[in-house]
Amino acid sequence: MIPVQFDYVRPESADAALAALAEHGDEAKLMAGGHSLLPMMKLRLAYPAVVVDIGRLSDLSYVNDAGDHLAIGALTRHRDVETSELVNEHAPLLAAATANVGDLQVRHRGTIGGSLAHADAAADHPSALLALGGSVVARKADGSERVIDGADLFAGFLESSLDPTEMITEVRIPKHTGAGWNFQKFNRRAQDWAIVGVSAQQVNGSARVALVNMHPTPARATAVEAAISGGASAAEAAEQAAEGMEPSSDLNASVEYRQHLARVLTKRALQEAGIS
Amino acid sequence: MEISVDVNGTSHAADVEPRTLLVHFIRDTVGLTGTNIGCDTSSCGACTIHVNGEAVKSCTMLAVQADGQQVTTIEGLANGEQLHPMQEAFMECHALQCGYCTPGMVMASVSLLDENPSPTEAEVREGLEGNLCRCTGYHNIVKAVLSAAGGDQ
Repeated sequence: MIPVQFDYVRPESADAALAALAEHGDEAKLMAGGHSLLPMMKLRLAYPAVVVDIGRLSDLSYVNDAGDHLAIGALTRHRDVETSELVNEHAPLLAAATANVGDLQVRHRGTIGGSLAHADAAADHPSALLALGGSVVARKADGSERVIDGADLFAGFLESSLDPTEMITEVRIPKHTGAGWNFQKFNRRAQDWAIVGVSAQQVNGSARVALVNMHPTPARATAVEAAISGGASAAEAAEQAAEGMEPSSDLNASVEYRQHLARVLTKRALQEAGIS
Repeated sequence: MEISVDVNGTSHAADVEPRTLLVHFIRDTVGLTGTNIGCDTSSCGACTIHVNGEAVKSCTMLAVQADGQQVTTIEGLANGEQLHPMQEAFMECHALQCGYCTPGMVMASVSLLDENPSPTEAEVREGLEGNLCRCTGYHNIVKAVLSAAGGDQ
């Protein structure tokens, strides 16, 4: 399988990449590691006229301690996030979710910014971003930047709230040093997407819980969070895991099975995270 | 687009369409057919090669992304007649049956040990989750990797 023909440019800087985006608008797509975009292009589900390869912009690959949060360059590869001492110390949920992405070969190429911009509800990262209360920095060609809260980043099925001429430059993850957390992923083959997954993070005696592949977008399990805040046990709160979710039915699981998995996995995640 | 890719220590320049997959460049342009195409969807790992020393799936990279980079394929592992220790270990442990997954398995295994020179059995199994063997010969493959790592298998 090969993609439809396209023009390829490899700008030397983020500014040059943004200029290319501004020039071509929604005809262009940024390619970071290419591990979401290229498979879609091969299946001809995506056919950008121009591919803007930002994969070598190494100045956007870093994990920095920024005081109350970690600043992670958008082009930091999954493997580098997964093995980062800073991430493992201050946001171990993100490290665990990242270690569950695809396989080693995929994690050698895929990037955190690319994965979040892809906005796939079945991906592992977005749930961790939501549970950790993270945000992304988006930049435009005119140099303007805005911070998009994770809760506002996912607009629809495979759709982010990024403008076609915007680029994620940084991911910001508030530190959750020493707080309970857990990541659950249920799938049938080692490297697959989650049939259902759960990110749970203890936050000041309460909890943030986000689900993978239970809704058209990555989604917070707000009913579970409210139940925990209201004093419910992990088991009681987990009963609410499918509330407000609209999971799809596919070859791997029916709607009912996904709802069941969400409840079971949420209970496990809450208990493992020490949330109750 | 004109690209130049270092494949196994030799520079290969060519004019390729941007949509050319790296695995097609390696097989059809460079002419090294040891790298197999299996699923073509970045699931099976048969096309695993090294780019700048790290295992990647060459069906999920464009040749233009490898422009100016160092690529190592299965043909580049041996030193003349002297097999790479991982190749020796695969042979010694009978870690192949039909052989189709083998080039990718070996390349993934070499990269795995580069990152983790003394893995546990569980770490080997997890580290090779991106490589499928349809003969299901995983047991001996894991033995071979542990053996190459210096274990007592």
